[in-house]
Amino acid sequence: MSKVRYSAFRVLKEALTGHKGWQPVWRDAEPKASGYDVIIVGGGGHGLATAYYLAKIHGITNVAVLEKGWIGSGNVGRNTTIIRSNYLLPGNEPFYELSMQLWENLEQDLNYNAMVSQRGIMNLIHSDAQRDAFIRRANSMLFADAGAEYLNADEVKDRYPFLDMKNARFPIQGALAQPRGGTVRHDAVAWGYARGASDLGVDIIQNCEVSGFNIENGDCTGVQTNKGDIKANRVGVCVAGSSGRVMAKAGINLPIESHVLQAFVTEGLKPVLDNVITFGVGHFYCSQSDKGGLIFGGDIDAYNTYAQRGNLPVVEDVCSGGMAIMPMVGRVRLLRMWGGIVDMSMDGSPFIDKTDVGELFFNGGWCYGGFKATPASGYCYAHLLATDEPHEVATAYRLDRFRRGAMIDEKGVGPQPNLH
Amino acid sequence: MIINHPLLGPRDSEEFVYLGSIDLMNRPNWESATAAEDFHQYQYIRENIAGDNRELWYHEQGDQSWLVVTRCTLTHEIKSVELAQDVSRAQGRSK
Repeated sequence: MSKVRYSAFRVLKEALTGHKGWQPVWRDAEPKASGYDVIIVGGGGHGLATAYYLAKIHGITNVAVLEKGWIGSGNVGRNTTIIRSNYLLPGNEPFYELSMQLWENLEQDLNYNAMVSQRGIMNLIHSDAQRDAFIRRANSMLFADAGAEYLNADEVKDRYPFLDMKNARFPIQGALAQPRGGTVRHDAVAWGYARGASDLGVDIIQNCEVSGFNIENGDCTGVQTNKGDIKANRVGVCVAGSSGRVMAKAGINLPIESHVLQAFVTEGLKPVLDNVITFGVGHFYCSQSDKGGLIFGGDIDAYNTYAQRGNLPVVEDVCSGGMAIMPMVGRVRLLRMWGGIVDMSMDGSPFIDKTDVGELFFNGGWCYGGFKATPASGYCYAHLLATDEPHEVATAYRLDRFRRGAMIDEKGVGPQPNLH
Repeated sequence: MIINHPLLGPRDSEEFVYLGSIDLMNRPNWESATAAEDFHQYQYIRENIAGDNRELWYHEQGDQSWLVVTRCTLTHEIKSVELAQDVSRAQGRSK
């Protein structure tokens, strides 16, 4: 186990003593024959955060996290690293605000540098109707103490003179800003939670793919894996992107379709964009990494897929969105692009709930916004797994909400997952 | 992706709009005693197949026809393309 606290003093000491004192950040474990109180299926950000909060908040340390590849190899390593809590609906906003508060204290809590940077996020406004809608959303954010500011066109132009303010189709009239939003070093989130959980006694088991669930008398009693059967009193699935494939092994169909979301990074530039900018009507959002690359993305490819790659039409669409709003990117070369599989739910909002199988729990449906939710998702899932009750900010994330007509549809587009 | 339209030949998938799995063709009977549950399944629950998926594509920027495309969701390989009209008639509907 690591149990090594990181500090400036420690870095200095190791520098002077040949770096011999560093240890692996987490313990690579094998499954225990005696089984576990809780098994988390999926060693991504949400799964590792769940294990960490189970141990830290609820004292449940006999926990295993099973990961079919290596931890952080899924969406926590494939996103655009943005954090924000700028939602409209009461089912969502308090949850994402809890997440933001956990982000703000994450590094102190984990003693791990996750490079949380509250550089701010700005949603551009192009019409009177959009301004009304965003100011309504700003009021919803203020109710949840998330903070929100309205910037007029001049204030936007002062900060980012390269934006195409007078665009013929979408002139910029202003922006909704959340100064507390920003970016986080995504891989470090997985590693930090893994280290925190491992230090508290959680077994992190990599290269362990779940091939089935053992279900006796309607209760889940463990999982079948390529490392043999593993017993558990309770199993929490947390594999967004692969939710359909994994839950099918328990005979459960979900209100979810799997789609691919592509993301892009350019060659390194000098500092030019110290904020996250979203150009919603043009399906483009952008920030600049500490290495200088512009990181941007847009819409999903809009057809069901489990392949972690998209197609070229969306690349063209996203890049033309970028050209429309910040024409200065035209000479910049794309360095890399990649795709991640996302759980698109029927109303664009996630699930943290029990299932029809006893002792089998489900966390998924994060659409393209799971990264920012990582801390609160783990926090609330751990609360549900430990206490049998949903956390107070996650009570709306039930699997049966469509049956009850209680959708949480931020965009109001109805049950068409590729439009959320 | 290139969709081999039965009438128009190979067309870029950009000309099409994707709806979803072919199950969406089979609207439940509203008079059934189990209609509420049937419509919940129809509207909100997805099989979300990993493998060959039969799905509905609409040729919006073409001849406005609905196609049933059999496509592998793991590789994007398109295995077959049929007119949705033909599939529907084969199921005994009038159109």
